[in-house]
Amino acid sequence: MTRLTRRSALQLGLAGGLALATARTAQAQLNITVEGANFQPLPIAIPDFASSDPSFGRETAEIVRANLRRSGLFLPLDPASLPVQVGDVNATPDFNTWRTANVTALVMGAVDRGGQIASSVRVWDTQQGAQVVGKSYNTDPNSSRRVAHIISDAIYEALTGGSGYFDTRVVYVAESGPKANRVKRLAIMDQDGANAQYLTDGRTLALTPRISANNDLVTYMNFEDGNPQVYLLQLSSGRQQRLASLGAMTFAPRFSPDGGTVAFSVEQGGATNIYAVSTGGGQPVQLTSGAAIDTGPSYSPDGSRIVFESDRGGSPQIYMMSSGGGNPQRISYGQGLYSTPVWSPKGDLIAFTRQSGGQFNIGIMNPDGSGERMLYSSFHAEGPTWAPNGRVIMFFQDPGGNDGPKLMSVDIWGRNLQTIPTESYASDPAWSALRS
Amino acid sequence: MLSLAPITTALRAAAMLLFVVAIAACSRTPDNAMMTGVGNLGPGGGAPGSQQEFLVSVGDRVFFETDSSSLTAEAAATLDKQAAWLNQYSNYRIMIEGHADERGTREYNIALGARRASVVVNYLVSRGVNAQRITSKSFGKERPVAICNDISCWSQNRRAVTVVQ
Repeated sequence: MTRLTRRSALQLGLAGGLALATARTAQAQLNITVEGANFQPLPIAIPDFASSDPSFGRETAEIVRANLRRSGLFLPLDPASLPVQVGDVNATPDFNTWRTANVTALVMGAVDRGGQIASSVRVWDTQQGAQVVGKSYNTDPNSSRRVAHIISDAIYEALTGGSGYFDTRVVYVAESGPKANRVKRLAIMDQDGANAQYLTDGRTLALTPRISANNDLVTYMNFEDGNPQVYLLQLSSGRQQRLASLGAMTFAPRFSPDGGTVAFSVEQGGATNIYAVSTGGGQPVQLTSGAAIDTGPSYSPDGSRIVFESDRGGSPQIYMMSSGGGNPQRISYGQGLYSTPVWSPKGDLIAFTRQSGGQFNIGIMNPDGSGERMLYSSFHAEGPTWAPNGRVIMFFQDPGGNDGPKLMSVDIWGRNLQTIPTESYASDPAWSALRS
Repeated sequence: MLSLAPITTALRAAAMLLFVVAIAACSRTPDNAMMTGVGNLGPGGGAPGSQQEFLVSVGDRVFFETDSSSLTAEAAATLDKQAAWLNQYSNYRIMIEGHADERGTREYNIALGARRASVVVNYLVSRGVNAQRITSKSFGKERPVAICNDISCWSQNRRAVTVVQ
């Protein structure tokens, strides 16, 4: 896997000087207020992108439309209904035509393959007659879908005021075969389910992957050596190795925000405690102690704290401690059992799994345990992971019986439940940072 | 029996076949390929000192209450029989597999399975089985034996299995 040079983003200037001057007189005001009970997705017109290969231009626009539609914040209009079928990124649109067609948000794009894929995009506010954003990108020629994701992020960022999450990948566990002897192997795909590849061969159980902030390291739990152990897999080289040899079993690995450290659980004699070790090796540091089960560690985005689950009080609950260890404080006090806490990359929320009343819930709370909200409830759902913008959560849902799990997503307002398409049953999603 | 019409015989045979398949599914061991399971049940209790005897006459597994790793009276009685047998036939090595049902999260259940295995190891050692003979492993909820959506079924998956090898 090649490291890509991305986002050589340029502010796009218009070729026609007069048109540019006209366009700049008005201030674009278009944006979406993403919160609120009466939220309505923003209608947006995205004609096919101009291209010397029209099918490539159409395909790129379609990926952008699908991303924006799936975000729940946009309502891409049927391209056949638009006054213009193919975009022109080099001219100022005829705003009257678009206003008459009831289009306020308009995207004009162009894409072409050369030594690299070159793409340009402009977002227009037709009511104000002004450009919201104009950018151009060069990307690796082998990642034609990626340029569409980068453009989707630019549109999302310009209109919602938050960073995007489309140019990301998801590491997960692909499951196949009968439940009693199911094959569970690591796989990686784009956030929309495209470009899936297996990372392990399925000979042994591979579970609970996490991906580092630089998108090159995956840590996971591997049953290869008899007892499960934490492994580290480098995506660019394909090399992998055991991270630490400690206790009877190691599991539940999580990267620190800088990717230099992995926190994980060590089981010995039925007691499970949390340790941390450098990804470069060295002596693991013990962070919790006692006979309880302490697992599911997750670092705060600034690396200063760790949230984790523990049954030290009699049932699994969520606790907070310094990332150096010591004196955990319980933060979950609702009804039921709490597990798999995951800190939002924005730092403002913690997602978790809660079991109560025979149901599994995916919920969020503030880091002090207040403001708890349930986003999804079903017979079985677990394992939340955050999109890098802290607005969308992916998790897995299992109907039980001989069926298998699937990946789903929901936003932090509890809206826009989506199923992520995968070729097989899938569990344990881990959402990457934005690619660089 | 001779008067049974052929079609009925065929149905009975099909019913028997279904029954056998169901038994095979229920007794499916965690993972034979990984050498952590036990063989299929054959007829009879097996020769004295055989793995078959351990499986059929002693009992290779104990069950736990929801979210618990405490031994029930029934589980302790089974482990007493296991310890007596293992002390008599000291040539075997023993692997204790800890399992959880699916009504928990993956990582917690991995730890819970390990805790259950550990309780069984400690009990067997307390009954005189040499700790050097015993290893343990947790499968969490990844290797259920019973597949269904009700409480009676989940209870079969909350188990620790003693595999003699």
